[in-house]
Amino acid sequence: MQTAYDFDTRLLNLSQHDFPLTPRPYAALAARLGVTERVVLDAFRLMREEGLLSRIGAVYRPGSVGASCLAALKVPEDRLEAVAAMVSGFAEVNHNYRRDHAWNLWFVVTAPSVARRDAVLLLIEEEAGLPVLRLPMVEDYHLDLGFALS
Amino acid sequence: MTEITAPRDTAPLTDPRDLALVAELRGGLPLTSRPYADLGARLGMSEAEVLGRLKALTEGGVIRRFGAIVRHHEAGYTANAMVVIDVPDDRVAAAGRLLALEEGVTLCYRRVRALPDWPYNLYAMVHGRDRAVVQAAVEDMLRRQGLAGLPHAVLFSTRRFKQTGGRYGRPQQEARA
Repeated sequence: MQTAYDFDTRLLNLSQHDFPLTPRPYAALAARLGVTERVVLDAFRLMREEGLLSRIGAVYRPGSVGASCLAALKVPEDRLEAVAAMVSGFAEVNHNYRRDHAWNLWFVVTAPSVARRDAVLLLIEEEAGLPVLRLPMVEDYHLDLGFALS
Repeated sequence: MTEITAPRDTAPLTDPRDLALVAELRGGLPLTSRPYADLGARLGMSEAEVLGRLKALTEGGVIRRFGAIVRHHEAGYTANAMVVIDVPDDRVAAAGRLLALEEGVTLCYRRVRALPDWPYNLYAMVHGRDRAVVQAAVEDMLRRQGLAGLPHAVLFSTRRFKQTGGRYGRPQQEARA
């Protein structure tokens, strides 16, 4: 018997690639899965509420839309919470993770322009009072093929 | 300060209507029966224009993938490793292309080094459900690729403070939230 989990997994695997660029994409996915459009929409809404689905959207070729940069900070343990919150507070920061390394706070700044990106990096450096590692991409070796769920 | 350069072989998107569409899409395609029409209505674009632009951006390679974007962590892939390696410059492109083909590697980039603090120039992201399994898979992968003898580090994420879509699009919309 197919469970709701199996259905969600099939739906996500199907919709990560070749998402229909047709007027009723959810109906097209539903037809492939043998369900109604309503079932597909409800499943996506639930997955979005639960956080599993970030969004239906686009992944862009690096450098083609906006300017981004991976960056890192070496934050003393007793300041990590506050500095992480300050970094996350920038709308231009779209990923912010703690990693188990002396360079312990890792984030990505993405802005519409190089000037704004670099300004945000400077602001973070000033507010943290710590040097920021700037690690911009030189070359991308991977085609983002999504993420096979099992 | 390190000079920050654009990735190779890319030209930034400049068409204002494309940029407006990219900005509107940041919040995700609406979960409605006619999502492209609804998205277009907010931009003063017809459904046909939205679809035409998305197809052109996809065919031109600006959009690398269009579809569901999954949060790994919520999907149970909680062991998230960033593998960084210091590869001699004349070997890095070949090494990157091979690592990118490895099963389990979801992203593979060459980045600028930040000397003297950060000697690494090749990055591979590996996701899994169990940290020990991912660690073993990474070491195995580095051995098979002949990279294990190079300086490298494996940085697991231990806490996520933020993960959202990128802030692409028009500058006037970029006020601090």
